[in-house]
Amino acid sequence: MVAAIEIRHVSKHFRLYHEHYSSLKERMIHFGRVPYEDFTALNDIDIEIETGTTVGILGHNGSGKSTLLKCVAGILQPNEGEIAVRGRLAALLELGAGFHPELTGRENVFMNASILGLSKREITKVFDEVVAFSELEKFIDMQVRHYSSGMYIRLGFAVAVNVDPDILLVDEVLSVGDEAFQRKCIERVARFQREGRTILFVTHAADLVRRICDRALVIDHGVLVADTTPGEAVRTFRETLQHSGLAEPTVEAVEAAEAAEAADPTGEVPAIGAQMTASATNRVQITNVVIEHPGALVGRHWLLPDEAMSIRVSYHADEPTDDLLFGIIIHDEEGNTIFGANTKIVDVTVPVADGAGEATFDFEHVPLLDGTYLVTLAIQSTDEGTVHDWHDQRYQFEVMNPGRVAGMVSLPLQVRFNTPFAQHPEGTA
Amino acid sequence: MPEQVAHTSRGVPEAQLVRPRTPVVKRFRRIVAYRELLVGMTRKELKVKYKNSVLGFAWSLLNPLLYLVVFYVAFQLILGTAVPGFPIFLLSGLLVWNLFSTGLAGACSSVVANSGLVKKVSFPREILPLAAVGSMLVHFFLQSLVLFAVLAIVRWDVAWSYVPLMPVALIALLLLTGALGILLSAVNVYLRDTQHFLELALLAWFWMTPIVYGFMTIQNHAKWAVKLYMANPVIPIVLVFQRAIYAKTDNTKIPPGSPGREILPHWDWTGYAAYLGYSFAVGIVIFALAVWVFGRSEANFAEEL
Repeated sequence: MVAAIEIRHVSKHFRLYHEHYSSLKERMIHFGRVPYEDFTALNDIDIEIETGTTVGILGHNGSGKSTLLKCVAGILQPNEGEIAVRGRLAALLELGAGFHPELTGRENVFMNASILGLSKREITKVFDEVVAFSELEKFIDMQVRHYSSGMYIRLGFAVAVNVDPDILLVDEVLSVGDEAFQRKCIERVARFQREGRTILFVTHAADLVRRICDRALVIDHGVLVADTTPGEAVRTFRETLQHSGLAEPTVEAVEAAEAAEAADPTGEVPAIGAQMTASATNRVQITNVVIEHPGALVGRHWLLPDEAMSIRVSYHADEPTDDLLFGIIIHDEEGNTIFGANTKIVDVTVPVADGAGEATFDFEHVPLLDGTYLVTLAIQSTDEGTVHDWHDQRYQFEVMNPGRVAGMVSLPLQVRFNTPFAQHPEGTA
Repeated sequence: MPEQVAHTSRGVPEAQLVRPRTPVVKRFRRIVAYRELLVGMTRKELKVKYKNSVLGFAWSLLNPLLYLVVFYVAFQLILGTAVPGFPIFLLSGLLVWNLFSTGLAGACSSVVANSGLVKKVSFPREILPLAAVGSMLVHFFLQSLVLFAVLAIVRWDVAWSYVPLMPVALIALLLLTGALGILLSAVNVYLRDTQHFLELALLAWFWMTPIVYGFMTIQNHAKWAVKLYMANPVIPIVLVFQRAIYAKTDNTKIPPGSPGREILPHWDWTGYAAYLGYSFAVGIVIFALAVWVFGRSEANFAEEL
């Protein structure tokens, strides 16, 4: 297989000036003492992308993924290494594809397509298709500066996909525009895949990578940290996110929570969880929680979809207490309840608590897909009138989906066809 | 068409390399491969320029006419410079100068003005200054029409034997303007006030070029000063245009031997051609230098803009 894109030991450094002087006068004044920092955006990246594959590049903001794409597009030159590109390349970077605001949509289409390497005749041939795809028939003779950003993107994408590129570079653009247009774009990308074209796209939409990529790369701080299957890459990507602390609650969130708590006495209704925790009698306390799953034995700290999971809750009662109910709630990252149950609902008798004890919640299989899930554990009286202890969303487990189905729940699926015996078109003879 | 199109067979196309540096010759070949884009960009420049103006192209006709009137009033009427047919003399040189100066000014700011494109799409960026010069070439032809109309009206005698040198001189002028334009456009990305310096430099340069006065008027200065003066590569081009269009070498109103009689050198056309060769040499050297400088600074265009 011939590589459509070969990225050979590419590094890119930027100079970050604290203050940027861009006139001769200023440069003379500050001659030789303009403080700057060297910033390595890409560090020895070496990748080969085979013709006809769809490769996603995952990375958080500032990881260098967009810089890499710009280098491949030839907009930036690397400081070291080289990139070989085979075939016509169309790039869609950020908003729009370099339109001139004073020109009409029509003129810009011609300009843009000629930059992408089409002759006037070729452009005339695909022009109607471009306009139809962009759905801008009514506005095509209007100056582009009057376009909305959505219209801008639509026209840009329409040009890029209709110039018959061998290689399509896409940077986050799929996440803009209304849903209908997004669907259209993804359909077109899928058609490109069928036609054996090469697609390289940058995103942080992990779901999209899983859905349409053959392979995915993860870039973190300018270094290629993973070059693997989409599922595996998504997992690595999530890990780098956690490493860099981006998945942790932000300072703002913590402050907001504290502010909400502080606002409590003024009569505002706090979150139910906080209410519950506040009203806990602590007569029976949760002392320790362990979440167990088979992968833990081999050092994997995430679950695969449909694996078993046990949550062992150790508790302690200072004095003998009966009339107890153990409850569990599983939330998604946004805090929505996706599962809730307690000992009364599942009809399990709770023994009298006296001293230390342990309750285990066994899940035969957890039919969840990707994500971080939060667990609330509670000990209450059976009528739920008294809260003994309430650990609101204090525990978490992660599920990583190596497969390609999308969403949150792993629904067992089989597809059958119930059509009468179709005659094979060639079988008539 | 650009080399990229070699793919249509869906075979294995030749690889395009993105590297820290591309050799000058390769860069030059890339510019040539994108010549169709150059034409398109030139058209775009003109369109953008006249998009919101009522008079449109009439402006570029008005400019030389206005010059003509102002200089005629100043030199012929007020100062009484007694060169016969002074407006024709002036306009033949001004034609060259206008292309040179407006081409440079446009080219200088071209990369910055098209930052939207530079940041989003890949193409040989040298196209931008070249397109700016190209759009001025269109003006040049329009202004020539004005001049030719004046020539026809006053039944001016053109020196036909020198006319074939004019297109050659025009090519030299384009080479020179394009080369300097590429150089300045790159510098202007990093030093944004280059545009303002250019204005000053062009003002000085204008008076160091025999447009308002005749070339021969400086000949009685010190030899080294004349040599230095003649190093200005725009002079040969201006001289060719003046010799062909204005056609008179002497001011016949002044008796032979008196100072101020000679206006243009008495060379035959080989003399003019030889001097023009100097312009070509300078143009080629600056062009190579410009593409080299441009190539070295291009890597960071997208960030600087």
